[in-house]
Amino acid sequence: MEDTNTTLLPADAATESPVVGIDQSAGNFSYDVKYEFDAGSGLSERVVEYISSVKKEAPWIREFRLNALKTFLSRPLPTHWATRDLESIDFSKIRYYLSSGQKPKRSWDEVPADIKRTFERLGIPEQERKFLAGVEAQFDSEAAYSNVKEAVSKQGVIFLNSSEALKEHPEIFRRWFGKVIPTGDNKFSALNSAVFSGGSFIYVPPGIKVAHPLQAYFRINAENFGQFERTLIIVDEGSEVTYMEGCTAPKFSTSTLHSAVVELVAMKGAKIQYITVQNWASNVFNLVTKRGLAHEAAEIKWIDCNIGSRLTMKYPGVVLKGRKSRGEVISIALANDGQHQDTGAKMVHAADETTSNIIAKSISVGQGRSTYRGLVHIPKHLKGCKNNTECDALLINTNSRTDTYPAITVRGAANRSQHEASVSKVSEEQIFYMRQRGLTEGQAMSLSVNGFINDLARQFPMEYSVELKRLIDLEMEGSVG
Amino acid sequence: MPSTLEISSLHVSIGEKEIVKGLSLTIKSGEIHAVMGPNGTGKSTLSKAIAGHPDYTVTGGDILLDGKSILQMEPDERARAGLFLAFQYPSEIPGVSIANFLRAAVQSHMGEGEELDATAYYKRLYQKMDLLKIDRKFTSRSVNEGFSGGEKKRCEILQMAMLEPKIAMMDETDSGLDIDALRIVSAGVNELRGPNLGVLLITHYQRLLNYIVPDYVHVMWDGRIVKSGDKSLALELEAKGYDWVKKELVTA
Repeated sequence: MEDTNTTLLPADAATESPVVGIDQSAGNFSYDVKYEFDAGSGLSERVVEYISSVKKEAPWIREFRLNALKTFLSRPLPTHWATRDLESIDFSKIRYYLSSGQKPKRSWDEVPADIKRTFERLGIPEQERKFLAGVEAQFDSEAAYSNVKEAVSKQGVIFLNSSEALKEHPEIFRRWFGKVIPTGDNKFSALNSAVFSGGSFIYVPPGIKVAHPLQAYFRINAENFGQFERTLIIVDEGSEVTYMEGCTAPKFSTSTLHSAVVELVAMKGAKIQYITVQNWASNVFNLVTKRGLAHEAAEIKWIDCNIGSRLTMKYPGVVLKGRKSRGEVISIALANDGQHQDTGAKMVHAADETTSNIIAKSISVGQGRSTYRGLVHIPKHLKGCKNNTECDALLINTNSRTDTYPAITVRGAANRSQHEASVSKVSEEQIFYMRQRGLTEGQAMSLSVNGFINDLARQFPMEYSVELKRLIDLEMEGSVG
Repeated sequence: MPSTLEISSLHVSIGEKEIVKGLSLTIKSGEIHAVMGPNGTGKSTLSKAIAGHPDYTVTGGDILLDGKSILQMEPDERARAGLFLAFQYPSEIPGVSIANFLRAAVQSHMGEGEELDATAYYKRLYQKMDLLKIDRKFTSRSVNEGFSGGEKKRCEILQMAMLEPKIAMMDETDSGLDIDALRIVSAGVNELRGPNLGVLLITHYQRLLNYIVPDYVHVMWDGRIVKSGDKSLALELEAKGYDWVKKELVTA
């Protein structure tokens, strides 16, 4: 639907004022001159209405977005507890909606050599490199994964992007949409609620164990790798699913702000495992709200690895609403020079005999900064609840920094909580010992760091843990000498 | 191919303090040299300095491996040139299995472009583990993590067996070992003994030398070698004690 009031950017203006956040030293880009859907930069009611009309959304979704916008605008940045670096985000310069035709592209020759080397080192499949490097706006995954898609749809699993899902199956998704993470949860969930686009909406019917992990790759298009993905996974009684997103390769990004929302709902006896591996460019603000709601005897497990970004703020959480439900967060964060990983977990116990487990390991390299924030809440009227928290930090050079802010509230004589924290430096004696066996300093450091995260890395699916190890090796090489 | 480690008038300091004060010693392939002495006399310092430990500074003299000075070489370069140190206090490497660690170590000693053959590697690894009576399950254990003293020392000899050095320095390998562990470790070293290996055996007690019989015995005192002889010197030292050496020096 054409909006005659749309401002069409003339071709030369597009190249004069490129999208904010592009690293000019990383190459040049060309714009596709066909501008049908251009919301411009900055955020306003007009932009939100525009997004909704382009997607041809039902009125209730448009209302939802507009209310969310009001909430977003009325909220201050949470700098009373979070880093003041958030103030560097210029909301007026960000483009909140880009359709595939508008994504800036570059030729393969223009892709920096070190990016190409990284793909090589990480063993990224050829077909995926061009997409990740921003040479192609789309990655046709149909051929690669069509067998899995067929098997999965035969089981009655619904797997669509957010817009399609809300349009075709509102009876399933509307019930939970915005319920696990209400719009007003925080400023950035409100932002996402106003401008969300792309992401995965999945419904698994009762009694189905989805054999193959589902991946965002199945539905790759420019939008799904956008800034404001919205994911909602509902797993019905007794069913199980694993979902994986992200990859170890650095993704070409034109935006400095990524603010996703992920909601999980595990019905009675259901199991959801959500795995994320992200390697962000160092100019990106990656601010994500992720939460799961576990009903009776259900299990939700977040396995999360974050490397890079200028600032990542992410606290995957589980609300243990049903008796005997279980929540788990396994988190690995690596912060290099100029990077700040502010991550942790939230476990809210709301029923008897619920258990939660948090294991967070962070690595700070050079001037990198890692922060752990863990919230555990067990109120006094509950019985038989248990929490275990372990957070370990590893500092690689003396300039690295790590902070821990545990917020544990456990009441009631019949509940138990255990918290262990450690901070260590890579031991010089250990490095010397390894070097005496012939390993270079870089190899020794890599081994040491990989050893530190080994028991967590093993919980990732095989293909990820191999890539993860290679990624750590790469990051460590840069830190030595 | 025979090798020679020549330590020539070596002076080593840790910070401001001089520990090794002009030590000379030559070790050739096929020879086992025992260095004995009381605590604090610089025995460990000597082996660490030869290995290239960053805390120690060589302030005078030289160390030559096959005629070439190694003083400018990094610890890993010295290792790849054929130098091995069995540590007195081996480090733990949590999360890194013995199999993976040794594989990386063996690979690092191989030439450019040479690839390690996994089957051959494991075959050899198990053979050495069996010899040292290390349970094969240990391949998946993290290096030295939770190991007893005896297990750590046997693991050191396992690494030595896998890396096949030209010159091996063993720093108080017998400390903390009971008789059985001592026997096993010694059997392992004796198995490696031959015309291609030179050994510097640092020990406090004579007992080890009953099992690993040295060709030469040197007594170290206050940062220098003050007396050299054959294996009977060790027996004399045990009978008379270190005070005897001290007295001899004073009267000399």
